[in-house]
Amino acid sequence: MDYKLTFKDYDKALKKDVLLGLRCNDCGAYTCPPMMVCGDCASTNLEIVEMSGKGRIVTFTTCNIAAEGRENENPYTIVMVELEEGPWIMGNLVSMDPKKVTMEVIGKAVQVGHRVYPGDKYSPQPMARPAFCITG
Amino acid sequence: MRRVAVIGTGHSKFCFNSPKTSVEMLSEVAMDAIQEANLTPKDIQAVNVGNVLGDFEEGQGMIQSFFANDIGCFNVAASRFEGACASGSMAVRDAVMWVASGYYDIMLVGGVEKCTAMGTPLATRTFSMFGDAHYEFPAGFLFPAVFALLAHLYASKYRIPLETLKEQMAAVSIQSHEYAMKNSNAQIQKPITKEDVLKSFMVSTPIQLQDACPFSDGAAAVVIASEEVAKKLTTKPVYFAGIGQASSGKLSSQSKYLPRIYARELASQQSYQMAGMTPQDMDLCELHDCFSIAALIAAEGLGFFDFGKSGEAWLNGETRIGGKIPINISGGLKAKGHPIGATGVSQVIEVTRQLRGDMEEQGRQVEGAKNGIIDTLGGDGILVSMILTNQ
Repeated sequence: MDYKLTFKDYDKALKKDVLLGLRCNDCGAYTCPPMMVCGDCASTNLEIVEMSGKGRIVTFTTCNIAAEGRENENPYTIVMVELEEGPWIMGNLVSMDPKKVTMEVIGKAVQVGHRVYPGDKYSPQPMARPAFCITG
Repeated sequence: MRRVAVIGTGHSKFCFNSPKTSVEMLSEVAMDAIQEANLTPKDIQAVNVGNVLGDFEEGQGMIQSFFANDIGCFNVAASRFEGACASGSMAVRDAVMWVASGYYDIMLVGGVEKCTAMGTPLATRTFSMFGDAHYEFPAGFLFPAVFALLAHLYASKYRIPLETLKEQMAAVSIQSHEYAMKNSNAQIQKPITKEDVLKSFMVSTPIQLQDACPFSDGAAAVVIASEEVAKKLTTKPVYFAGIGQASSGKLSSQSKYLPRIYARELASQQSYQMAGMTPQDMDLCELHDCFSIAALIAAEGLGFFDFGKSGEAWLNGETRIGGKIPINISGGLKAKGHPIGATGVSQVIEVTRQLRGDMEEQGRQVEGAKNGIIDTLGGDGILVSMILTNQ
């Protein structure tokens, strides 16, 4: 059985600020990031859809440490965003100074864009990461 | 299935910068466990080992085979388990099933790690491999960040002011340091205060350095056997009453349950059900406090406190000896240390020794303890739960 939406295709689209996901033709749920099956009902009856890229921040953290080779990113803010269509995805909050991010950001509306992580010897390819801006 | 017992234990001191190799550390504790069981290596029919990052720490893969040979368990079946920080528990659970099934009568289970050999930058990189490499690592995924995300979510969901939650989290670290002072195998043996915690380096908001366990080197091993064999070899067998294991996907895929960890609840329910017990039957608990917030989440998931309430329990002393449920009387991962492949085996040993009444000398015996539970979390979602009993 072919993988419907591969990382390669998801990544290529996100690099153009397009967030792709899967809609289940059986239960209607959305799965994003993609998987082999519907994250809700495990059906394989899925179609690739363009997500709105809009959502709300459900939680956040500002990191002052980083993995080897990524120290130049400090400090940076990771957010979990609940997308309009339901799924949560992990990304960065890039529209605020990381040092000023507090509990106040929870619930704020955001729009997805992207930045690229260049990769390292363990993950050789440059990979897009969702980069969110607060819109209201 | 047959009943299975722990009949021998061996536990190293957990430390920074061990001068010994992983094979040496593991061989020492394995021989201690075999001797305690009144056996010799020739009696061991198979070996399971929890070891996570040996490849990065020493350039050593498949350590289980070289270790088995090193202690004279020549040519036995030797298997390595990798489930991040739950690896040791997975190795124990699997061995319990092999003995319970009747295939083997006596097995040795060890766990070993030499995390500090990597240095902090590489250790931080390799630990982050236990999150999703494609969909979450690019955003800067690290384990302190995972539990930091969960801490803010916990405060938001249960409507606890962050300042209050921070004090509750500090109480976890303070208690663990206090009990570790009485554990000669603990890595960190110094008391800390609330001020020490709240003034420590901010790792990933709101997680500070003193909310976090250290990187550790260390090893632990147990010999397990069928009930029939156990009764011939020891007067104090401690039995596995229930075992459970469950898994989950990347952190974002767990959205419906967070900050609760669904896989933990499944794994512990499997244990309770198999044992025919409830959380109220537990006399002590060793749970996975890699970060202080993780302890609060775990204690609730295991059924000891209402959701959003375990911080108050720590502050009120309900998690101490004499409290409702003594938790991490070893000092926990926070102060005992967290050599990841060894941690689950170490938890089993801690509960076993408590249930044998061995802790009087150290001044941290849970008097009259009959049943204890261990809880181990690996990466983004392998949870293992085991209930031990001396009944």
